Amino acid sequence: MTGRLANVALASMAGALCVFLVLPTLIVAPISFTETDFITFPPQGFSGRWYAAFFEQPEWWGSLLTSVVVAAGTTVAATVLGTMVALGLPRLPPRASRLVSFFFLLPMIVPTIITAVALYTPLAKTGLIATRPGLVLAHTILALPFVVINVSAVVQKLDWRIVDAARSLGASPVVAFRRATLPALAPGIAAGAVFAFLTSFDEVVVALFISGGSATTLPVQMWSGIRFEISPIVAAASCLLLVVSCLFLSLAWFLKRK
Amino acid sequence: MSGVLRRHGPVLLVLPGFVLIAGLFVIPVALLVATSFEDQAGAFVHYGRILAETSYLRVVLRTLLTSAETAFICLVLGYPLAYRLDRAGSVGKAVILLCILIPFWTNLLVRSYGWIVLLNPQGVVNVLLRRWGLIHGSLPLVYNTAGVLIGMTQIMLPYMVLPLAAVMSRVDPTVLNAARSLGASPLSAFVKVYVPLTLPGALGGLLLVFMISLGFFVVPALLGGPRDMLLAQLIEFNVNQTLDWPFAGALSTVLLAATVALYWIGERFFGLRRLWGAA
Repeated sequence: MTGRLANVALASMAGALCVFLVLPTLIVAPISFTETDFITFPPQGFSGRWYAAFFEQPEWWGSLLTSVVVAAGTTVAATVLGTMVALGLPRLPPRASRLVSFFFLLPMIVPTIITAVALYTPLAKTGLIATRPGLVLAHTILALPFVVINVSAVVQKLDWRIVDAARSLGASPVVAFRRATLPALAPGIAAGAVFAFLTSFDEVVVALFISGGSATTLPVQMWSGIRFEISPIVAAASCLLLVVSCLFLSLAWFLKRK
Repeated sequence: MSGVLRRHGPVLLVLPGFVLIAGLFVIPVALLVATSFEDQAGAFVHYGRILAETSYLRVVLRTLLTSAETAFICLVLGYPLAYRLDRAGSVGKAVILLCILIPFWTNLLVRSYGWIVLLNPQGVVNVLLRRWGLIHGSLPLVYNTAGVLIGMTQIMLPYMVLPLAAVMSRVDPTVLNAARSLGASPLSAFVKVYVPLTLPGALGGLLLVFMISLGFFVVPALLGGPRDMLLAQLIEFNVNQTLDWPFAGALSTVLLAATVALYWIGERFFGLRRLWGAA
């Protein structure tokens, strides 16, 4: 009897916690379709006016464009560099390999605020503050650990005999890499690329320090939106962010299953 | 050419990434730490200011306290949720995992904005409570310490639940059955056998949540009030408002040292990297 009571209590607590976890994410959807000028609950009417406003105001859709371009650049840079690192690491001497792989985890461990402050000076000296290349460089540092982790996982499982077989059958190193190594690593590389994209696309703290003017990302634009105007346009922007994130996450999930 | 590649291939592969991280991350962080010791009046002037000025010291203590509270709340809420997750059938598992992973990959700003929509005086929670006649005015749930704790708990909960569930899944059920068959009541079997077996996961989760919480910036800035400033906000303030880089450097060094020390302890005793991997 007490056992059953405990089970019911446990199940309802777990249910309440699940609601607690997803509610702040899901609440933005109904709010974004409101007709009113302010956030009201329950939302009144049903209109797409805040989405229209989003795409009419250059500071909003421009920031979305910047975010997409910066995230795409970050994905390419982090995926290429991270895959190279993941391929090189296991072939270094064991001690060096352990040390260097820890080195590549550092951007994940160090609090982002410190990374943001530290990055400011070298980017300012090279004139890269408030530019898209500057944002790409900064986000590549934050995204690199995710690519290294994901690709290392598939490199560990890679059967080097297929590469050797390709080489001994006469393939040049480049051809062997492209036709034997790369396909075997593809799921890990793809997952790493998705996480690199999301890391950049969602990043706020570093971007707050180093973006500006025409190189302002959507999260930075939302930051000022939340702090200074709280109009439902932020809800519309939130939904757009969520849709993009969901698309990419389903892609990652799909790729990992394959 | 190909001889060079074969001999130095691994180094050449690692090098470009290494140069990027070293040049734009490790060296700049080291320089930031170095600036904090540069002062004509002595190397530790800026650290002395943190201790001497009550308002600064209060920010440091508040950061420690808020992080500890977040970690504790996450443990109290996360332990039963992880237990339920471990015991659930395949559908239940999928539902709970989905509820954990959706917010995990939701933008921090979206979630903070969602909390403002839910918790503000005219927000969803207060409107519903008023309509049901449970309150008359409105509960102060956001732009104060409560808002910060709610926001931080929701963000850190997955970091507690996933490592805990991983540890729980490794508990051998026959051990519990043995305790029961030797006469232990369900409660004492749970307290004396199950809890000690899952303790490493709980301690590791506490450490992980505490460590990550120390550097929080977005949530306290958006959901807290003016009196809820945490360390990361004080760093930002000194960089952007007062342009006091050496002092920002000193504050950053304190935060960095605390994070690295906690990471080292976590790695040494709880396999923190593995726990982090589980999350």
